[in-house]
Amino acid sequence: MIELKNVSIVFGQGTVNENKALNNINLKVKEGDFITIIGSNGAGKSTLFNTIAGTYLPSEGQIFANDKNVTRDPEYKRAKYIGRIFQNPLLGTAGNMSLEDNMTITHKKGMKWLRRSLNNKTREIFKQELVQLRMGLEHRMKENLVMFSGGQRQALTLLMMVLSKPALILLDEHTAALDPKNAEIVLELTNKFISEYNLTGMMITHNMTHAIEFGNRLLMMDGGEIIFDIEGEAKKALTVEKLIQKFHELRHKTFENDRTLLAED
Amino acid sequence: MIEGIFVEGLIYGIMVLGVFISFRILDFPDLTVDGSFPLGAALMVQCLLSGMNGWLALLVAFAGGVLAGVVTALIHNHLRVPNLLAGILTMTMLYSVNIRILGNRANVPILDQSTILKQVTEKFTGVIPDEYILLVFFLIVALVVKVLLDLFFRTDLGMTLGAMGNNEQMVISQGVNPKTLKTIGVGLSNGLVAISGAFAAQYLGFADVGLGQGIIVSGLASVMIGEFLMLKSNRIGVLTFCALAGSVCFYAVMYVGRFYGYVIHMTPSDLNLIKGVLIIVLLIATQAKKLKVPFKVAK
Repeated sequence: MIELKNVSIVFGQGTVNENKALNNINLKVKEGDFITIIGSNGAGKSTLFNTIAGTYLPSEGQIFANDKNVTRDPEYKRAKYIGRIFQNPLLGTAGNMSLEDNMTITHKKGMKWLRRSLNNKTREIFKQELVQLRMGLEHRMKENLVMFSGGQRQALTLLMMVLSKPALILLDEHTAALDPKNAEIVLELTNKFISEYNLTGMMITHNMTHAIEFGNRLLMMDGGEIIFDIEGEAKKALTVEKLIQKFHELRHKTFENDRTLLAED
Repeated sequence: MIEGIFVEGLIYGIMVLGVFISFRILDFPDLTVDGSFPLGAALMVQCLLSGMNGWLALLVAFAGGVLAGVVTALIHNHLRVPNLLAGILTMTMLYSVNIRILGNRANVPILDQSTILKQVTEKFTGVIPDEYILLVFFLIVALVVKVLLDLFFRTDLGMTLGAMGNNEQMVISQGVNPKTLKTIGVGLSNGLVAISGAFAAQYLGFADVGLGQGIIVSGLASVMIGEFLMLKSNRIGVLTFCALAGSVCFYAVMYVGRFYGYVIHMTPSDLNLIKGVLIIVLLIATQAKKLKVPFKVAK
């Protein structure tokens, strides 16, 4: 599906602040993979997502989507097959527009023209889809999204993204800005959608338990590198303790500082 | 007097709708307006002088305005120039272009030419009282523009434009190029402004390169008055109505200032100061009303 070959990203090249955010990353995401990514702050997780999504142009290396070189494709072009959810729950929806307008814009990717696709038939479809969220949003179609909570907006973004059927989804700590209850709801929905729609995706999380629970593959990042890549049966056998020990082994760093960053539950 | 205020308010109201699109819906503070307004006037006058049909001339003016907006959008999109500066660049260049269009003159009258307004007046003399003909005509024109805009902003493309002004990332995530959207939006906005300039030239009987000076401030003040006076809503129909109503209110204030300003020893040159003060007063009043940031209320 998506393949990164020797991808590096250097910020502030040639200055004293030169910072190698990604260092020679090689990664192949296979169809049906669901990968969780952990790592402390500054490990390069979000940079990795930004590179895959096309926000950043790699300093070196190439990115392939279905064996097609997309390294220089702008973000909006890749967005046609990559669905992305940000930590900030407000980034996925337009707050000063109604729920039905938002769904009209998002239910199909690509440039919009002078058609008017919001009608009673599509409204009915949207309503039925909203029922899945079990938040009662199907009765609030005409309300502006500023009236909705962060959790509701994030759940909505998730639903709208899933419905547009992207080939790859990128979840960048999408529950981190929500309160515990909403975070749990959104995470449950994520889990449900992953299995129901058989999504290929990657998820950044600071929660090691989630990283182990979710998906079939786990990546650990540090200093712009993927230091640990485990999948299948071996991943199922992982525990939080083993993960911490692994990090210690690989990096000869104490994980104590990171214990605070990587929550255990 | 009252019909004069309305006519002026409605002519400039089309410009206000354009400013409303760029400032409020697209969140793109576009200063091209100061150049595209006289551009519309200049194109109208020159087309009429060359014997072209008035409605065709209006189309030419619209196309010219769209082009001006597209230039601003292209400068902003491809040279990564901030939108304000991109608008100023185009506006400055348009000053020279407008003088060129007017045949190296700063002011060209069209007193003898058959304008749309004259044709309309001739046609309806006797049917409705003379002083109301233009009022009715511009009421219809402004409403047609308003309804067309309302329809446009309910299409998928229109909605996406609204979403971009609110949240550009969302639009990118939908696989839509925000640069294309900005080009369409700013082009449309300036096209409307040029139409307004074309009508203003016919109403005034001349085109002048200085017609557009400070027009953006008038437009913005009108938009803000409309928002201040009317209900808060996200329905596009209400918002465009507010813009038109705001324009009429604003030009009423200006009209009064022009005709009765002498009482307090005000000269026409003081009007720009009054416009600026009006905006500041509105900003303060809006904040006092706790109606959130006035620069970011879109669709």
